[in-house]
Amino acid sequence: MPLTSWQTLVMIFAVALGAQLTRVTPFLLFPQNKPLPRMIVYLGRVLPPAMMGLLVVYCFKDAAFFSFPFALPELIAGAAVAALQLWRRNVLLSIGVGTALYMVLVQCVFV
Amino acid sequence: MKIQRKSVRNEWAQAFLAAFPHTVPVLTGFLTLGFAFGVLMRTKGYGPLWPFFMSAVCYCGSMQFVALTLLSTAFDPLAAFLMSLMVNARHLFYGIAMLDKYRGLGKLRPVLICTLCDETFSILSGVTPPSQMDAGKFYFCVSLLDYSYWALGSALGGLAGGLITFNTKGLDFALTALFIVLLTDQMREKDNRPPALMGIGVSALALVVFGASGFVLPAMALLMLLLIAWRKPLCR
Repeated sequence: MPLTSWQTLVMIFAVALGAQLTRVTPFLLFPQNKPLPRMIVYLGRVLPPAMMGLLVVYCFKDAAFFSFPFALPELIAGAAVAALQLWRRNVLLSIGVGTALYMVLVQCVFV
Repeated sequence: MKIQRKSVRNEWAQAFLAAFPHTVPVLTGFLTLGFAFGVLMRTKGYGPLWPFFMSAVCYCGSMQFVALTLLSTAFDPLAAFLMSLMVNARHLFYGIAMLDKYRGLGKLRPVLICTLCDETFSILSGVTPPSQMDAGKFYFCVSLLDYSYWALGSALGGLAGGLITFNTKGLDFALTALFIVLLTDQMREKDNRPPALMGIGVSALALVVFGASGFVLPAMALLMLLLIAWRKPLCR
């Protein structure tokens, strides 16, 4: 803890302020009593699937693709999750089995 | 009056019961990640209550990990603020996507806006609350449950410090799995496939070009440009 408690408090509030600004801004720009511009309606429809693609890639960003284990634990467990979800459509099953499989892979198989 | 109050309470109970199952993956993910954050903050020399405090105030997962390195270097609140703006810029996208759903929700709305995060956005953009149910209450329950998981995980991590005994390596894959599940469900709908594939392709490209630490912003900028440029074909 190299900073004093007060300095730490100020830093934490600075981080929180930045985070909250990114949350509040769209709602301030487009107040709810006015109709939304068509471009924004369109973006509201295509952004969720597009951002979901980005988030999945984000989760794989630290995987080792070009050295051992060649991102195999991530790819195998990730494929298992997608396959289970397509097959059984049970969120908890897909995530539970996928996560357990990944833990076994990183702890016992690809060590 | 009494009956009315009772039915409101029932509505809340129903919303909570409908919301909870959707948040269970976030429960495992946030408890693990929050715990990890708490433990990490303790190792930097902070007292047991700091992680809970920071998580409750900031509630911005990855940025909090970045902030820990900022806290251990120098007192520079402006840099912390700007860094937080950049790392959290994706919230702007979530906000735009949720503008419509969060309309006319009265007192619940500010709370929903201030507790928006990756996971809450993912759940709420993909799941429709059961018909007959007050959607606002459902959104509220999902949002606050996710928030409390993060605060609780951080609190536990801060209190437990270095006492962990079992090997939790890999448990945070639950969040990756959650995003894969939600992406899979989004792709069931034909209209969602082009933007979803675009999201994957553009982000993968940006990851290769810019590297793991700085690809999110360029990926989002390029994605936004392409979505706007290809509005006509995507709108069909």
